[in-house]
Amino acid sequence: MSVLSTHNLSIGYAQKKKVELIQSSLNLELHSGELVCLIGPNGTGKSTLLKTLSGLQKAISGEVRVDNKLLSSIKSYHKAELISLVLTDRVEVENATVRDIVSLGRYPYSAWWGSMNNDDEQLIERVIEMVHLGHKADKLLSELSDGERQRALIAKAFAQSTPIVLLDEPTAHLDLPNRVEIMLMLHRLAHETQKAILISTHELDLALQAADKIWLISKQNGVECGVPEDLVFNGSFNRVFESKAYFFNATNGNFSMNYQLDKEVKVEGDKTRMYWTLRALARAGFMVVDDASVQIIIDAEAWYVDEKRLTSIADLLHLLDKRFA
Amino acid sequence: MNRTSILFLLLIFISICLFIADLVTGSVPIGVDEVIKVFFGKSDSAINSEILFNFRLPKALTAIIAGASLSVAGLMMQTLFRNPLADPYILGVSSGASLGVAVVMMLSTLVPLLDISSGWTSITAAVIGASTVLLFVVSISFKVRHAVSLLIVGIMFGTISSSLVSIIQNFSNPETVKLFLIWTFGSLSSVTWAYLKLLFPIVFASMGLAFFLHKRMDVMQLGENYARGLGISIIQTRFLVVLATGLLAGSVTAFAGPIAFVGVAIPHIARGVFRSSYHRVLIPACVLCGAALLLLCDIVSQLPTYILPINVISALFGAPIIIWIVLKRN
Repeated sequence: MSVLSTHNLSIGYAQKKKVELIQSSLNLELHSGELVCLIGPNGTGKSTLLKTLSGLQKAISGEVRVDNKLLSSIKSYHKAELISLVLTDRVEVENATVRDIVSLGRYPYSAWWGSMNNDDEQLIERVIEMVHLGHKADKLLSELSDGERQRALIAKAFAQSTPIVLLDEPTAHLDLPNRVEIMLMLHRLAHETQKAILISTHELDLALQAADKIWLISKQNGVECGVPEDLVFNGSFNRVFESKAYFFNATNGNFSMNYQLDKEVKVEGDKTRMYWTLRALARAGFMVVDDASVQIIIDAEAWYVDEKRLTSIADLLHLLDKRFA
Repeated sequence: MNRTSILFLLLIFISICLFIADLVTGSVPIGVDEVIKVFFGKSDSAINSEILFNFRLPKALTAIIAGASLSVAGLMMQTLFRNPLADPYILGVSSGASLGVAVVMMLSTLVPLLDISSGWTSITAAVIGASTVLLFVVSISFKVRHAVSLLIVGIMFGTISSSLVSIIQNFSNPETVKLFLIWTFGSLSSVTWAYLKLLFPIVFASMGLAFFLHKRMDVMQLGENYARGLGISIIQTRFLVVLATGLLAGSVTAFAGPIAFVGVAIPHIARGVFRSSYHRVLIPACVLCGAALLLLCDIVSQLPTYILPINVISALFGAPIIIWIVLKRN
């Protein structure tokens, strides 16, 4: 079910007379129960798009519809019941515990005094558990690591109980385990809670693995939407991230560096060692071809060049260096 | 009973003790028993009743009102600007008030009709000065995107006002300059019942407004974007916060002169003591801590034979607290 859609949306910045258009004629749809990753190079309008979809920034033209109502016509307090946000803004609140911060997510629903009823309190405990902060619920925000702090803010967004959650680079500044964990968590939550979750991210490989859909944003092609694998097959990634220095390696979903390959070798043998051997050879400037004067044979324990047995990559590269000198 | 309730009861008790101590302290010795007698109308000393009713009681009430107002105003500014060093005067209202007073004092040397010995003259001038700046700042609050711009505008207003004050002083005679200087020291005792009748309703209404905004201010602590995401109208909230702060700080400054540091120091004490981030706790905490501190300052200022200006004492108390905050934050 589509919960958020755009029609001929143009985004950018409008100053007095000048309009700086970043993206135009966007027709996008966000469905419930889906994790969508918005990815693309810097300066293509990821944050601007998120801000426009959340109503923090005005659209230049076109419309954003939430629940089939125009976003601009929805009253701000009602909007808070439809869309929740996790932003890159640094949050510092003196004396506030994780529970306090998450409770603020209930602001749109609580009465003037701000007290919580039983249902509110249960929901708050539940979302704190969901982001695995149960043991830190009474810790001060200032005592948390960056990853935990980010999870607390995600819990706040979930406490807001909105059908749509927008997150702006939730994994920035986190180490790899935290990045993976947050991605997996968002994927799980989208499916379990049937929310529509849209995140902007630079983590291409993680996005490819965790996202149900990718919104690939670029200056040339606007926003291309699709299942990650389809975008890999139709070459969209390579077009968007085109560069002389690296290329999008469709076989493993990573970026590989473009080395200058001016020497040729032939390689055959053990499958598991092959991948790493090829990496090392590429870095040293060797192109692997079907027929070459130098042949490398790999078995489960060693490398052989002209029957000479080598027990490490270092030795192999050393020998090749001498051969091609 | 939880920690917060105990602290509140304790603070109320301390405030009452300080209130009584403030009534007892002064150049004429009046004991606690005499104070009680006077209040129950059983004292035979007309002089003691006169001193207590018409001098010490309004002064103590002013200390409470000024301490509470400036502290709550400071808390609101620190929350709005998310800056631990923001104070009620950051909007420039007190600079506006002092400009008003300076202008009137200089005019009085040229226009004999103005009677500056009447408190009402300087109060009217201060009110006009403070309201003018407040109107400016409030109207600007609708225009700027970020609260920080408002902060800069407020500080600039303050700078302009103090420059104008310096120019005026330059052209004034020494007596007028001294009179103005005394006004800047702040004085709780110049606030009589007649002034209190006016001051109290303004402060009461502004406090009501501040408390009405408590939940919004909780959310404002997350920053403007998050607050907007939670359904808060930033422009409206900013306007109401600036209005309440301006009225609190402006009216207190107009009646009692500028009182330094209470506004910036007390919110930190309240946060430190109550360990809460909720304004429904912090606002009453600031009211009590502010009232207690200014009562204490008033008592201390009267201990020497020559009464010290309240502004000096509050600064002596406030500045070390600010240093402590800075060191603690490292």
